[in-house]
Amino acid sequence: MTLRKILLGAAAATTLALVSGAASAEGTKIGMITTLSGSGAGLGIDVRDGFMLAVKQGGGKLGGKAVDVLIEDDAQAPDKAKQIAEKFVKKDEVKVMTGIIWSNLALAVVPGVLKDGVTYISTNAGPSQLAGEKCDPGYFNVAWQNDNLHEGTGKYVNDAGFKNVFLLAPNYPAGKDAIAGFQRYYKGGVAGSLFTKVGQTDYAAEIAAIRDAKPDAVYFFLPGGMGIAFMKQLQQAGLKVPVFGPAFSFDQDVLPAIGDAALGVKNASQWSKDLDNPANKAFVAAFQKEYGRLPSLYASQGYDAAHLIGSALKSTDPKDAKAFQAAVKKADFASVRGAFVFGPNNHPVQDIYVREVVKEGDVLTNKVIGVAFRNHQDAYVDLCKMQ
Amino acid sequence: MSAAFLLEQLLNGVQFGVMLFLMSAGLTLVFGVMGLINLAHGSLYMVGAFVCAWVAGATGSFWLGLPAGLIAAAAAGAAVEVLVMRRLYDRDHLDQVLATFSLILIFSEGTRWIFGNQPLYLNIPPLLSGVIPLPGDGGYPLYRVAIIAVGIVVAIGLYLLISRTRLGMQIRAGEADREMIGALGVDIKTLYTVVFALGAMLAGAAGALVGALQSVQVGMGESVLILAFVVIVIGGIGSIKGALVAALLVGLVDTLGRAFLPRLLTLVMPASDAGTTGSALASMAIYLVMAAILAWRPKGLFPAHG
Repeated sequence: MTLRKILLGAAAATTLALVSGAASAEGTKIGMITTLSGSGAGLGIDVRDGFMLAVKQGGGKLGGKAVDVLIEDDAQAPDKAKQIAEKFVKKDEVKVMTGIIWSNLALAVVPGVLKDGVTYISTNAGPSQLAGEKCDPGYFNVAWQNDNLHEGTGKYVNDAGFKNVFLLAPNYPAGKDAIAGFQRYYKGGVAGSLFTKVGQTDYAAEIAAIRDAKPDAVYFFLPGGMGIAFMKQLQQAGLKVPVFGPAFSFDQDVLPAIGDAALGVKNASQWSKDLDNPANKAFVAAFQKEYGRLPSLYASQGYDAAHLIGSALKSTDPKDAKAFQAAVKKADFASVRGAFVFGPNNHPVQDIYVREVVKEGDVLTNKVIGVAFRNHQDAYVDLCKMQ
Repeated sequence: MSAAFLLEQLLNGVQFGVMLFLMSAGLTLVFGVMGLINLAHGSLYMVGAFVCAWVAGATGSFWLGLPAGLIAAAAAGAAVEVLVMRRLYDRDHLDQVLATFSLILIFSEGTRWIFGNQPLYLNIPPLLSGVIPLPGDGGYPLYRVAIIAVGIVVAIGLYLLISRTRLGMQIRAGEADREMIGALGVDIKTLYTVVFALGAMLAGAAGALVGALQSVQVGMGESVLILAFVVIVIGGIGSIKGALVAALLVGLVDTLGRAFLPRLLTLVMPASDAGTTGSALASMAIYLVMAAILAWRPKGLFPAHG
């Protein structure tokens, strides 16, 4: 190949890149606000990677329509998330948004963008307000309502016959929802309950209190690094008490850091990597191939969100919000968790599974061992007055 | 509530205090000797934890990871001092805050870039994984006892270093009058680098030791940095003795507050309210103590400059 040919080739490639760039700019814009920096970044990165895997598999298209996904980092700060949302609405004229991880950010952003005619697809945050009195035809949650996984664990712990459980959660709205959700289905006694500081990393004082209270089990909701620290310290303290939690503290993003201390722990989730359906098998294999790691439940939620949006894009355009939202509501896509429908408040009606942490070779992961609920509906649906 | 419970909580408070001392000793030295506010001290703590976890993971030995973490933190500290801090000594505190804050961002995203987003695994070495029985049916992890021992050794070592060695003399002289010891022929540039690296190494030690208890992840240094500043303000800026006393005070107040405030409040209000109010009060307790001490002694407990 001569130098001339190389130069020509390079020029052609550049033109091609420019053209394809222009083409993607004409695609339907999807605004993703998620957490990509700071200590909560692992969750947002998994949601993004799951979502973009679906886009990549479609060759830059969702539902056969070209999409242009604008991704911005909210750094887990509500004011920053609000600024990004405003920019998406005013400057980029985005009509579909997704990606927020944290409930306090969702409550800051979602009601505002809905007024601007945006359709919002939640990939993670499911605060009770948006499922109940603040429900909206433009708001869909493709993951769960916040209480769901706690309810699932509560049901399992109750059915397993535990009578004296110690409760532990961070002192913020989702922490209180967690305890309320757990106790909605757990009817036994409470050995004690403690609310800890958000972001706390040393649980020595709490573990001493648990030892002193002599419970027959511990239920805790401590997402991210908090749960890692608690599980390690509990094991190091030599306290032999069964622990239970929602999937957030026992999924693929944190298991390697907890290590063997997590083995055997039962936790509730709407998804698991071993769920036996074709969509899930393809997703797990493709995710592993693309990113070199196992997907977490957050990644599955991002992937489902992309396919949900794609299912509506097939026949409608988000600029016609009413038609688009009607199409989203049909949920005509193959969810990786199997059967999936929206309830009247646009939150999923779905199975909640009980999983156990197991070791496959050297890798800690989860295995489904039972079902806590079939077609579970959240507790706030009756508060939703949406037509 | 048993005597073992009280004893366990006291030990927890001391252990937390010792960890805070390792963190704040370097911070207070750097502030006292160089007049520098270093917000990136928490990043050096993170470097110690990450390198320790990475080496321990690769070799299978915590005992190789620990010195590696210390060396890496000291080296990162020395590099930061030579490349960045030197330009900041003559600037005002606001410039220092801005520059060291940007260092936090660089360290955090750099760590994410090298080690990825997932927290790393670091567990305590098998040698220290036992539990020491306490009276009654209580128990206390051997590893936490080891951290307390390390803290005592470091406190004694720092005391000897500062009061008995030539380097210590120079550090004390540097606190008193920077220009003068420069004029007397002390190589102040090297002195500053050494002090900064020493502080970084202590922060790295805290990170590596605590990393085995908690989760080794990006951003782990920020929360402990705030507590370290509380400690040096209570103790008197620049005073190692003040840092030790204040660290133990903060550790005990925080731990005992978390352990007992919710229980105490059940005497005056319903249990469900006592839980949330008690934990909210407990997380405020150290700041209330700080405010009270500063009202009583505005320069802290042991002000280094009289």
